Amino acid sequence: MKPDFGQKNHYFDLNKTNAIQTFSLTKNFKNRTAVNSINLTIQRGEIFALLGPNGAGKTTTIKMLCGLLKPTAGKAVIMGYDIEKEQSTVKQIINISPQETAVANNLTVMENLLLMGGVYGIKKQETKMKAQELIELIDLSERTKELAKKLSGGMQRRLSLAMALITNPQVLFLDEPTLGLDPQARKAVWNQIEKLKGKTTIFLTTHYLEEADALADHVAIIHQGKIVAQGSPASLKESFSGKQTMMIKVQGITDYIIDTLREKYQDVRSSENEIIIQAKELDFESIVDLLRGEGAKIKWLSMKEPSLDDVFLKLTAEEKHR
Amino acid sequence: MKFLPLTTRNLKEIYRDPVSIVFGIAMPVVLLFLFTSIGEKAPIEIFTPLMLTPAVVVFSCGFLILFSASLISRDRQTAFLTRLLMSPLKSSDFILAYLLAFFPMALIQTIVCIFFGALLGMVISWQLFFVLLILLLVAVACIGIGMILGSLGNENQVAMGGSIFIVVVSLFSGAWMDLKMVGGIFKTIGYALPFAHAIDGSRAILKGSLISDISIELYWVFGYTLISFFLGIIAFKWRMKQ
Repeated sequence: MKPDFGQKNHYFDLNKTNAIQTFSLTKNFKNRTAVNSINLTIQRGEIFALLGPNGAGKTTTIKMLCGLLKPTAGKAVIMGYDIEKEQSTVKQIINISPQETAVANNLTVMENLLLMGGVYGIKKQETKMKAQELIELIDLSERTKELAKKLSGGMQRRLSLAMALITNPQVLFLDEPTLGLDPQARKAVWNQIEKLKGKTTIFLTTHYLEEADALADHVAIIHQGKIVAQGSPASLKESFSGKQTMMIKVQGITDYIIDTLREKYQDVRSSENEIIIQAKELDFESIVDLLRGEGAKIKWLSMKEPSLDDVFLKLTAEEKHR
Repeated sequence: MKFLPLTTRNLKEIYRDPVSIVFGIAMPVVLLFLFTSIGEKAPIEIFTPLMLTPAVVVFSCGFLILFSASLISRDRQTAFLTRLLMSPLKSSDFILAYLLAFFPMALIQTIVCIFFGALLGMVISWQLFFVLLILLLVAVACIGIGMILGSLGNENQVAMGGSIFIVVVSLFSGAWMDLKMVGGIFKTIGYALPFAHAIDGSRAILKGSLISDISIELYWVFGYTLISFFLGIIAFKWRMKQ
């Protein structure tokens, strides 16, 4: 069945710019709230990352959006279609690459792709053409006729991703797409995801902060089922951390150096041979000039920009102490 | 028709596993030849091709329970089934795909056994159609039992449960012994299950009885097929919701 992209049920999105909207979406399991009244708005064509530690509610959110779990309360809309009332239409326009590698082990690479095309009702010829393209995209051209169980973990993960892409989904859910992969395989999956930017809306869950930082246009941080922050990676870093850190290993630290630094920066820590300075903006040259001017010998120096790690750690720590 | 690609996948999953071919198709033939050659040396009626052919088919159906349960249980424990559950497939598509994938094995198993039974001296007549019907009904009942087992248990439990069912079929079907002669608990349990009725009914047809003569056996088998398949659907649907 071809989905009807008519006028019905385009909730609060008259310009049809949103791909996903959730309204107080909640899931309770017996005496535990896995997802607690979350509100998200994800624009069409963007990569959105839901970031959180294990057990934060990321997979439960995806399972609700994909129709595998019924929300306890609230609602969600994908491309204007209610995920509960219009589930069959929603299922036709989305696809997912689950957390674990989800391939049929006793089928070849090509057969796996044809299976997914068939399950979504796409004509065999059309699926075959698309499959050829995808096999090239995931660099498995040499192994088209190989059984999936004989591929390496990284290759299986790329195949799993291609199985989600074979149906040309309007919204693609990637649940921890690089979990357990080595750095090289992870980079390869990142490359595939980046190629989809702008064409497909991607909802990505991850607990790798650098993954969200590298790929996502917008990020939401989920902790214990609640969204604790959302925005672009840059704005989150700016709002919740925003501090640069400079670490200097130095010989000949004097009281004058420390006092002068403390006059300019609030957060200055020092030990016998080390100074750590944190501030919104650090003046690299003046710090080095001060040290050299006082005859201190710089052995080693590093400068760190604020990262999503800082935001994440700060927010989750705040929530814990609340 | 979205169930067809999944049916094809299930078929490939089964037939690319040499164990299912060996136990599902080769072993019944070996058993048929083995027991027939014993029967030639020690002339016991139960070891004649006419008596053995339906017995071997029903015994082999026990393996269908194990195979279907294993496939469903294995799929359940992988993210592959999760992926399919998030696809537009409906529960009826899943049920059809699992049933239809095992049906060819049941059909080939039955036809191969009848072919070799005939080769060994079993008389062929158009009545064989009814034998085929009864044996296929038992096979569908076994696939239904496999669906129940595969939906409820994990891989280890399924392996254990499937093996128990094979022993049950072997002991209580009257395949290798006359249950009426053994009597007691074996006879009571045996005739409370469909397997002995399927073998008795098939043997009676092969001996020249009419289908109307075995209506009781047929009701037993048909009833069990309906019940087990219905319960299989309920168990599968219940598991899908978990």
